[in-house]
Amino acid sequence: MVKHLRKIIQIVWGVLTNIHIKGFFQGKIYTGPLKRFCVPGMNCYSCPGAIGACPIGALSSALTARNRKFPFYVLGFMITVGVLVGRFICGWLCVFGLLEELLYKIPTPKLHIPEKIDRPLRYLKYLVLVVLVIGLPLFYRDDYGSGLPFFCEFLCPVGTLEGGVPLVLLNDVLRPALGWLFRWKFLILILCVLSSVFIYRPFCKYLCPLGAFYALFQRVSVVKLKVDAAACVNCGACGKACGMNVDPHKTPNSTECIRCGECTKVCPKGALSFTAAGRELSPKKRKEPVKHENKAD
Amino acid sequence: MKQKNRPGAVTWILLFLAVCMLVYGAVSGQAEAVFTKAVKICMECIGLG
Repeated sequence: MVKHLRKIIQIVWGVLTNIHIKGFFQGKIYTGPLKRFCVPGMNCYSCPGAIGACPIGALSSALTARNRKFPFYVLGFMITVGVLVGRFICGWLCVFGLLEELLYKIPTPKLHIPEKIDRPLRYLKYLVLVVLVIGLPLFYRDDYGSGLPFFCEFLCPVGTLEGGVPLVLLNDVLRPALGWLFRWKFLILILCVLSSVFIYRPFCKYLCPLGAFYALFQRVSVVKLKVDAAACVNCGACGKACGMNVDPHKTPNSTECIRCGECTKVCPKGALSFTAAGRELSPKKRKEPVKHENKAD
Repeated sequence: MKQKNRPGAVTWILLFLAVCMLVYGAVSGQAEAVFTKAVKICMECIGLG
């Protein structure tokens, strides 16, 4: 049970935040009062089951509005979450991240991206955040004075998967509107799905602007990963277990760490633990390592 | 390896400012703007333009 605690939380959270089951049968989205609140992970608000708003969608919408104001509400929410837990959200409370992890479990040879290619690609998500989520929606205006949510419209595979595909399948009215844009976004979704079978969480590593935003707060967040330097024997087990290719004993609060906690499970000396405001959260130290798969390979 | 695990002043200041932004945004009607957008099917998000 505890071994699979994270998976259980990911699934329960995914179900709870997409619990408008009726929507999947009617091809309609939830319109109740909870849509005022953002969920912390990527979760398209046009998903028929979604009961909350996607923070990236809400931010894009605020920036593209004709009578736009500084988005205090959405940014305040995103910074609060980032400062409290950093990318813990990616590891524990993101539905798309869960899907990517499940796809990676399909038994196929896994692709190891060489570091000289992987490292620069990691910066792509910051570019997506700065250019597609903030820059272009802020500065581009059409003849009517409205902007375009570039990330949501041209890149986001979450919207296609959670909103586009079910709504198009369930809603006859929407089907005639399918065009090149849907085909483009569907292609991106297929690429994300296929690459997730061979690469651990490729969207999170290379493209997700929300992960990039939370990563900015990783080093100052209240929740942190702690290394007990006196207990660490530099065996490298934590680095081998890390699907995000982080070396937790060297950089425990790396911007790439999604705080999934796999490293804390495999450390033979119990040298890694989570802390909140300096207080330890993880269970007491173990002497024997837990068997694990090498996700990075 | 020296590691600082206790959050410093930057963390608490950022958290305070973020909560202030969130509350100010909510009371100034921005939560309603999020609601208005989120209760309509977002054609851009689902790829229908």
